[in-house]
Amino acid sequence: MSEQYEPVIVGFLCNWCSYRAADLAGTSRIKYAPNMRPIRVMCSGRVDPQFVLKALRNGADGVLIAGCHPGECHYVNGNIKALRRYTMLKKALDQWGIEEERVQLLWASASEGTKLAERVNTMTEELRALGPLRWHEKVLADNGAHRVPVKEA
Amino acid sequence: MTENGKPKLAMYWGASCGGCEISVLNIHENILTVDEIFDIAFFPCIADFKYKDVEAYPDNYIDVCLYNGAIRNSENEEMAHLLRKKSKVLVAYGSCSYEGCIPALSNLTTKEATLNKVYIDNPSIENPNQVFPQTSTHVPEGELTLPSFYHTVKALDQVTDVDYYLPGCPPEPPQIWAVLQVIAGALTEGKELPPKGSVVGAGQTAVCEECPLEKQEKTIARFYRPYEINPDPDQCLLEQGIMCMGPATRSGCGALCPQVGMGCRGCYGPTEDVEDQGAKMLSAIGSVLDAGDETMEEDELEALIEEAVETIADPSGTFYRFSMAHSILQRVKNGKGEG
Repeated sequence: MSEQYEPVIVGFLCNWCSYRAADLAGTSRIKYAPNMRPIRVMCSGRVDPQFVLKALRNGADGVLIAGCHPGECHYVNGNIKALRRYTMLKKALDQWGIEEERVQLLWASASEGTKLAERVNTMTEELRALGPLRWHEKVLADNGAHRVPVKEA
Repeated sequence: MTENGKPKLAMYWGASCGGCEISVLNIHENILTVDEIFDIAFFPCIADFKYKDVEAYPDNYIDVCLYNGAIRNSENEEMAHLLRKKSKVLVAYGSCSYEGCIPALSNLTTKEATLNKVYIDNPSIENPNQVFPQTSTHVPEGELTLPSFYHTVKALDQVTDVDYYLPGCPPEPPQIWAVLQVIAGALTEGKELPPKGSVVGAGQTAVCEECPLEKQEKTIARFYRPYEINPDPDQCLLEQGIMCMGPATRSGCGALCPQVGMGCRGCYGPTEDVEDQGAKMLSAIGSVLDAGDETMEEDELEALIEEAVETIADPSGTFYRFSMAHSILQRVKNGKGEG
């Protein structure tokens, strides 16, 4: 029997709430899918849409952006900006044929380790059902779009 | 190495509209100076040359080749390779060649859908036998061939090595002339050329920096299509709710469009060190969209933002109007084989 497909989720977690939620999930010994690679950012408002696109291009099957609840942002309204960007990005991704489950936004406060863990679980299952994205091979190469690799900054 | 000692200039078009050729002629009387400095080695728009003339040149025979137009089919790519081989300096001239431009908007759909639109599903087309162009056709006299149409439109540097990029749709005449002078200076007086890979004939900052319209704090409640609003000619268009790509677009054009009430389309491409112009514009709008704040309940907030975002027509087509081929994802998913 072939091995089960394990989706890769890149998680952008804000320093003040969601990264701590992930910490809490760990210290509380909550068992959840090991598919998310967490990246700590200072604020969900720091998540440049380029980060999301780059993750998808370079092999991620999905991206989870997590920040503080509205009204609780350490920088007052960074998460509101994140929500606006996410709302626009979702429309663009839809035009690009990328399923909406692949990019998700979650509010998780520092005490919501369980909530974060649950979302990683459900997202992993959703992505598993969708199958791999593999942008390089399945989208670019199949359409003859391979190009000189993206130069690293 | 040349008979009369003049450097050789070439200009060729891939998938383009011909506007770039016109833009070169648009440098007014300076075109006479261009003729004095350069010998035209290949320039199908203005002089009669054939492919075989270029093929007969020794390698590096052409000193400067301006390649405009995107790579849409196999002929465009073949000529890109040929001209690269025959040219010392290859310039991606104009937005199509630099980053895909309007032709690359078809990366938002499929090859099949594009061909269907052109040959079948178009009010002015009658094609009852569903005739499509074929790469090879047998006729009594022999075989006829046509270039093959690609699934994905590419920029010039996605098929070959490019020395310089000259952005714009089309590039502005003073910028073209400045670049030609730099190149001519290097060829005839031994002056130094800019580092390879540079974007030439453009600024380093955003279009807003050179736009004279009055800017205040940006709070945009919603966007308007151009026909829905009469802009105040003195105020920043973005502040008035007219989509203007100025914040995410490289300067160099002199902000001509905003000054006549038309939001910047974004033809000079991303600013220095930015990879994805569309994502940067989206990000900028996220900061200034005046929808929702931190005092609201989550549901209300989402609904308000959703409503404001709905007023942006065709976000991908708007934010990536010129840069689709050079964007991070480059094209839509599963284009191949789907209608």
